[in-house]
Amino acid sequence: MIVIEWLLLIFLIVCAIAVSISKNLLNSVIIFMSYSLVMAVIWVLLRSPDLAITEAAVGAGVTSVLFFLALRKIGQMGHKEDEEK
Amino acid sequence: MLEKLLLNHYEAAAVILSGIGLTNLLLQRNLIKKIIGLNIMDTAVYLFLAAKGYVAGRAAPILLENGSGGWVTSSSVYVNPVPAGLVLTGIVVSVSVTAFALALTLKLYESYGTLNIDEALLRMTEQQEELEAKVDEAEEGILS
Amino acid sequence: MNEELKAIWRSLFDWVMGNGPRPENEVIPPEPPPDLPFTLKPKDKYSRFHEATLKERYSQWVEIHGLHIFSIVYSGLSVLTCVVVVSLLLATVAELPPFGDEKNPANNEVIRRYVEHGGHETGAQNIVAGLILDYRAFDTFGESAVLFTAAVSVLMILGASRRNKQDNELSPNVNEDGKNFLQRGPPIKTFRKDDAILRGVATLSIPVILMMGCVVVINGHLSPGGGFSGGAILSTALILAANAYGFERVHDFFNERTFIVSSSTALMIYALSKGYSFFTGANHLHSIIPKGTIGNILSGGLILPLNICVGLIVAGTLYGFYALFSEGDM
Repeated sequence: MIVIEWLLLIFLIVCAIAVSISKNLLNSVIIFMSYSLVMAVIWVLLRSPDLAITEAAVGAGVTSVLFFLALRKIGQMGHKEDEEK
Repeated sequence: MLEKLLLNHYEAAAVILSGIGLTNLLLQRNLIKKIIGLNIMDTAVYLFLAAKGYVAGRAAPILLENGSGGWVTSSSVYVNPVPAGLVLTGIVVSVSVTAFALALTLKLYESYGTLNIDEALLRMTEQQEELEAKVDEAEEGILS
Repeated sequence: MNEELKAIWRSLFDWVMGNGPRPENEVIPPEPPPDLPFTLKPKDKYSRFHEATLKERYSQWVEIHGLHIFSIVYSGLSVLTCVVVVSLLLATVAELPPFGDEKNPANNEVIRRYVEHGGHETGAQNIVAGLILDYRAFDTFGESAVLFTAAVSVLMILGASRRNKQDNELSPNVNEDGKNFLQRGPPIKTFRKDDAILRGVATLSIPVILMMGCVVVINGHLSPGGGFSGGAILSTALILAANAYGFERVHDFFNERTFIVSSSTALMIYALSKGYSFFTGANHLHSIIPKGTIGNILSGGLILPLNICVGLIVAGTLYGFYALFSEGDM
């Protein structure tokens, strides 16, 4: 059990760093989505099922959809490089 | 110190996550990534709060039935419900903050055609200067 | 000695003011008479080559190198700030009481009170629901108001300009024969008819998602969930419907007007039902609403209707965010 906790926490940190250094905005958003899903699993491990349901529906679902829609409006979907780099 | 950090691994992870989020907020020039960094900081704070409320070996704060048709109300059975209540409201507020920030970003992109905050500022000053030059020309035209 | 100091001072002054090298035999022109209107400026008093002054050289240097150096300094300072903050926080975390211990100061008499008396005081089986919708209902009310305000602000930012822009412009449209034509007003959204798989899956799954959302909202006081998560699930059903059947079909029964009316009604019901303690003057311990028996659907006093209100607000708001971001209109 403690191994799973450690794996999930390390996954969170790796995801956060990968979001920062990823060059593609779409990749960043997808990595952030998986970050939210792992966070939902961690809420279950911390015995807070209310938070798990809310995070899975809101954090991983609606927030990511909002980011995707913003990227589609900006026209960055499918581009290899974002504008900055 | 390291052993104590290993004992408090959830809190340590939350602190590191919030540091990554803060670095994102400060160093990224791309507004979308700044918003993602803000979200990471949010979740780090929630993780810290929920980790402080956890007690090993206890059940989720939903009343359990005892054998004789009643409810177990002993406080030594359930984990702390207060952080869950606080974080629940926080998650939804963070969504509305994200949506508002994204809407403002879209407006900025419509106006200046870039997500990079430095370029947006440069174009803003350029437009300002063009506007001032136009105003000067108009004033000269009126004077002459 | 004094002469040397004076020479050094003069060269320094010249360097700052941008005067060129001083000629050997300097001829100082006589002072012009003060009443002449056009006189030589004091800078031209010495007939010397004018170099850039210190200020001008500084601004040139800033224009060439400033942004680069500023970004380096900024990045260095921000990395330093983050490292300092994280190490301070880590040092603090190392001193915290161990994770998951029963004797942590966070598990104090407040928690004992909530857990031991929450059940029969609020009538809710889920202690968190009793906490956020009974003991701290005003907090949740303010938060629903924050959500509603955010949705209205996004509506103002993204919706208004688009409407103004497109009202009087000719916009390209495709008519039924596949020909392009121009039409006054916003473009008619074409129905995405060729996505059979998405529509089939949506037809199967939307009722299930809607039912799941309703169950989570209505059982908020019995099981994990409640208004926030249930509302989010309901909004995902609406988003899926909008994606599969086209925006127009959802617009028929859920548009801007419906959103405003339902959300403000839910907020008003919430405010009135939780604000009765203001009017009665009691600290709402003597509620007239029966608590019911713990574990039944109809228990928990006001928690069930408040959950439904919150669920309505959240579902409308999140679907509204989606609609505004994808179509710019609700």
